[in-house]
Amino acid sequence: MSTLSLRGIHKSFSGNQILKGISLDAGENEFIALVGPSGCGKSTLLRILAGLESADGGEIIVGERDLSPVPAADRNIAMVFQSYALYPHLTAAQNIAVPLVMRNLTRTQRLPLIGPLMPGQRKAIANIRRDVREMAVSLKIDHLMDRKPGQMSGGQRQRVALGRAMVRRPAVFLMDEPLSNLDANLRVHARGEIVDLHRRAGVPTIYVTHDQAEALSMADRVAVMIGGALRQLASPQVIYDDPAHVEVAKFIGQPRINLFASQVGPDAIVAIGDNRLRLAETMAPGAPVTIGIRPEFVTVNRSGQHGLPARLDRVEFLGSEIILYCRLDAIGETVIAKLSPSEGSGLAAGMPVRLEFAADRLFVFAEDGRRLPSLPVGADIALEKAHG
Amino acid sequence: MNARSFTLGRAIRLFILSFGALIFLAPYIFMISTAGKAQSDIFSSSLSLIPQHLSYVANFTKALTRVSMTTLLWNGVVVCALIFVIQVAIAIPCAYAMAKLKFRAARAMMVLVMLGLLVPIHATALPIYVAFDRAALLNSYFALVAPFTISVFGIFLFLQFFRAMPDDLIHAARLDGMSETGIIARVIVPNAWPAITAFAIFSVVAHWNDLYWPLIVVSNQSYATPPLGLLYFRAAEAGDDYGALMAATLIITFPLVAAFLLAQKRFVEGITMTGLKG
Repeated sequence: MSTLSLRGIHKSFSGNQILKGISLDAGENEFIALVGPSGCGKSTLLRILAGLESADGGEIIVGERDLSPVPAADRNIAMVFQSYALYPHLTAAQNIAVPLVMRNLTRTQRLPLIGPLMPGQRKAIANIRRDVREMAVSLKIDHLMDRKPGQMSGGQRQRVALGRAMVRRPAVFLMDEPLSNLDANLRVHARGEIVDLHRRAGVPTIYVTHDQAEALSMADRVAVMIGGALRQLASPQVIYDDPAHVEVAKFIGQPRINLFASQVGPDAIVAIGDNRLRLAETMAPGAPVTIGIRPEFVTVNRSGQHGLPARLDRVEFLGSEIILYCRLDAIGETVIAKLSPSEGSGLAAGMPVRLEFAADRLFVFAEDGRRLPSLPVGADIALEKAHG
Repeated sequence: MNARSFTLGRAIRLFILSFGALIFLAPYIFMISTAGKAQSDIFSSSLSLIPQHLSYVANFTKALTRVSMTTLLWNGVVVCALIFVIQVAIAIPCAYAMAKLKFRAARAMMVLVMLGLLVPIHATALPIYVAFDRAALLNSYFALVAPFTISVFGIFLFLQFFRAMPDDLIHAARLDGMSETGIIARVIVPNAWPAITAFAIFSVVAHWNDLYWPLIVVSNQSYATPPLGLLYFRAAEAGDDYGALMAATLIITFPLVAAFLLAQKRFVEGITMTGLKG
């Protein structure tokens, strides 16, 4: 078993810094999803890991060994490509066999005509056949083994690509958006299969995707990359409930988090509507901050005195939930709220409403995007009142 | 009405195409006809397509006996095959490196390839001839083959084809443990057959029919290529025996015509694929 560590990987293309010192550890058997908007450098990082691209600096440590100077062919790192990159002239069985043929046969054993005369070649080939067969059975593609990639569907090609990557038992497994060429239904189904395969293979896996749903649902830990830097590496739940950076909060979550520009008041208090938050660190009054709240923690009241007055702009019915777009009367900003259909029944565009925010779900971010720890003020007082 | 105008348009198009084909084929047809004519027929004042006395047998016997036709054809096959095989063996790795590997000299090499495309063999013929003469290499297969082994046209054609190949395929091969030579042998060549076929047409046709270079470096009949053999035939043996000459020409052009007819579909595919026209 092996572990994977990246130490300060950086890379520039013609003066443009694409990767700004990425460090990351993946334990054996860990599934890490690398997620970020397009152009954030996640694919470049994966290519550097695979050895297809060289880093300007940094270390790639698999097990105990620094792989940075090792060529791709000798790294024992397998990768599934977005386009699958199957060899079009070979059948599925031959495609899966290629990495084994390259590794388990000697140079002379691989030669046409002469190869079969070499000692041990017959046995090595029989072993390869057996391994390919087992892999095909475990991926349920054994009936496709004689087909060429051109005669297979997208889902079948993707399985063959997975088989080719896994058959040689690599030390690290890389996937570059392997599901993005599948249709929506198949994609959700394939997620579960990939997670199962990963569990059986038991090697560190880095999975690159731009789809946050894939990242959150599949990974043990999610690494969010923004603009060439790793902004947060944590479990899916922490990434969602406790974002470390405003960019992470913005990128993760559908619909998008609500963000409001605000300022620090006296005594390091930040206020929004009826809510008041005290920052853990003291900041000069007047310093600009951003306050964020996820749509599901916005409560929409049809009447009453509490909350910020707003008007419903648009109502989107999505079956299991309703998305409301409300415009705040005071500052004209749009707030998105997510409700269950029963809570939202009878709401229509144009109605006046009042919005309340769950106090313990408000995030405060500094001007540079860093998260500022904060606590709701008055929560204890409200509690006393209720009991008193 | 629609159908009628369609058939009319079709008829006109067919007529124009047939007319064009006839014009292009006329010399060849006339050659076939002349190959069957007796001496008196050829020099008669009236122009007829069908020979009055069929003398195909006589003319072909002359053509086959007076020069050693097998040597000519064999030389043609050897020279064309050697040129083609070496050209491909050099052009494919070269084009692969220029299309898919990153190295500093790539741009300079591209410029050199472009320059190479601009310089015709006629410009370099004299220096090469002098060099071969000094090295006592004239009158050999080497002299016939060597100047054409590096085909900038071939490099250019394969370069265009390889550029369209997905990078991921080569990346996958590298991760599967292949060396660069392994990638060429196991991934590039098996997927480059359309380009190789297209290049084969250009190369083989050009060198089978080439008269200029063999004329310069070969004076010994035993190394003569087919077109040069024809020249000898006319000059030394036939004189004004056009019937036999045409019969010999027919024999010499036959391999290419047969090859084209047999593999017509693949050739057309190859040429349309590379976007080049002969």
